Amino acid sequence: MPEPLSRAQVEAVAALAHLELDPAEVELFVRQLGDILAHAGELQQVDTSSVPPTFGVTGRSADRPDEVVPSLGADDVFGNAPDSQRATSAAQAGGGFFRVPRVIG
Amino acid sequence: MSQLDTLTSIRDAVRSGERSATDVCQAALARIASLDPLLHAFNTVTGERALERAAEIDRHRDRFRGASLAGVPVALKDNLCTRGVATTASSRILEHFVPPYDATTVTRLRDAGAVIVGKTNCDEFAMGSSTENSAFGPSHNPWALDRIPGGSSGGSAVAVAAGLTPLALGSDTGGSIRQPASMCGVLGLKTTYGRVSRYGLLAFGSSLDQIGPMTHRARDAAIALGVIAGSDPADSTSASEPVADYEAALSGDVRGTRIGVPSRLLETGVDPEIVSAFRTALEVFASRGATVVDVDLPHAKYAIPVYYLVATAEASSNLARYDGVRYGFRDAQGELGAMYSRTREQGFGAEVKRRIMLGTYVLSHGYYDAYYLKAQQVRTLILRDYDRAFEHVDVVAMPTSPTPPFKLGERTSDPMQMYLADVFTVSANLAGLPAVSIPCGFTAASGRLPVGLQLTGRRFDEATLLRLADAYERDTEWWMQTPPIASR
Repeated sequence: MPEPLSRAQVEAVAALAHLELDPAEVELFVRQLGDILAHAGELQQVDTSSVPPTFGVTGRSADRPDEVVPSLGADDVFGNAPDSQRATSAAQAGGGFFRVPRVIG
Repeated sequence: MSQLDTLTSIRDAVRSGERSATDVCQAALARIASLDPLLHAFNTVTGERALERAAEIDRHRDRFRGASLAGVPVALKDNLCTRGVATTASSRILEHFVPPYDATTVTRLRDAGAVIVGKTNCDEFAMGSSTENSAFGPSHNPWALDRIPGGSSGGSAVAVAAGLTPLALGSDTGGSIRQPASMCGVLGLKTTYGRVSRYGLLAFGSSLDQIGPMTHRARDAAIALGVIAGSDPADSTSASEPVADYEAALSGDVRGTRIGVPSRLLETGVDPEIVSAFRTALEVFASRGATVVDVDLPHAKYAIPVYYLVATAEASSNLARYDGVRYGFRDAQGELGAMYSRTREQGFGAEVKRRIMLGTYVLSHGYYDAYYLKAQQVRTLILRDYDRAFEHVDVVAMPTSPTPPFKLGERTSDPMQMYLADVFTVSANLAGLPAVSIPCGFTAASGRLPVGLQLTGRRFDEATLLRLADAYERDTEWWMQTPPIASR
């Protein structure tokens, strides 16, 4: 069973989860997540050596024919965007962009 | 609207012309206006839209004469998308989100003549058992305003219990329909995984989430389920099994029905008054000719850790979409990476962050096998326990919650304690089974607080659950009890 959570682990997980935690939250999660994982440790008592995992309960395939069906229009798609720009050229009519902060300097 | 107006009585009155949909709608809105400031069942009340819809139903009476929900006011949990009406999941990150489409359940309710009067408060993204995790403040239990209504569909349970609407929809990932139903003294049905389309339900745990009705009576739930159930091309996990005539199943006859009780699970940690109400309820079934036998669910004791590993893993993945790009709140400072993490840090509340952190951790390299995979393997054993039990019994009976509703604020600092209270409800989600909570009594020791009985059934056998619930209502009066506040 892995060791209890460290500060560094909590900070690494926060980075993976895109959460900018403040120091007090890191402290709190070290303790609380540690408690929860300790409780989850009791699962190690269960022999699952020949037991397959259950990822879903329906047991059926979710495949469907790949057909074009109506979807949301651009007004609907961009209506909730914090920052967006609708296409201006005729070639891109009905399209547009979600705008985000610059990534490359 | 008087507090005993049920879905069926309203529907029949509108169909026969005894009441207009407009009159019913106005009465519901007036009740909400007078009681909701005390209860906070609703995040949004859509009065104008509701009255327009009611007027439309009245104008086209012929078209709605046979409608299953003609003129019935409905409250929707605020994680069900409604075109043109804010859908927040009680989160700051979606505070101003207005969906461009309706959830399939919403479309089906409306097509059946229902009148949507508003969106109900819940724990943020349905994560919690008390509604205290709502960014907009908790809902209050109508039986004791200083106590939790349960959660996460707390607002929906309150709306029905206080007579604001005779029908509400909730969603249930680990008990979120059944537990608040139990704590508010109403019926709550979690449907078989796949029975009801999840299209337009803001996803939390995609292998666990289901939508279901909350009502006063089994007949009302049967009618509502008949409307919302069925396959949907927009949800690839929705099932093609035929939808039963649930109302026709309410025969009152439970002779020969076998009820299994996992007695070992009930030996510790359950409030004695709840055990006593539960045992008395079993006697009611027995006196109607049902057989009560013991069943063994040897892995049920592992359901809580399995659930909290699986549900948080799925949540961490589902909630990755809230990053300030396509919808919702954005903190625009800094470069792209900083925008993501600041947006999420400010937009999500403490419980949601806790679950995203846990889920990210158990899916991360080096821990996946020990936690997530292990949990999914034990999930298989829990599922097999139920399959084995259903070879001998038709339903499994347990209390819905091990404790009565506690006081607001009493447990917020101890998440593990809060999670342990889901002990009787999470298994049905892990195994994809239908389960119903029905009112079966009241406590006395800590005041008059509702107690719920839970029945879990075979996959797609909602009919048996509703038949038992209906039969129980015929011999008891718990379902018709209303909280003092409802008589105001």
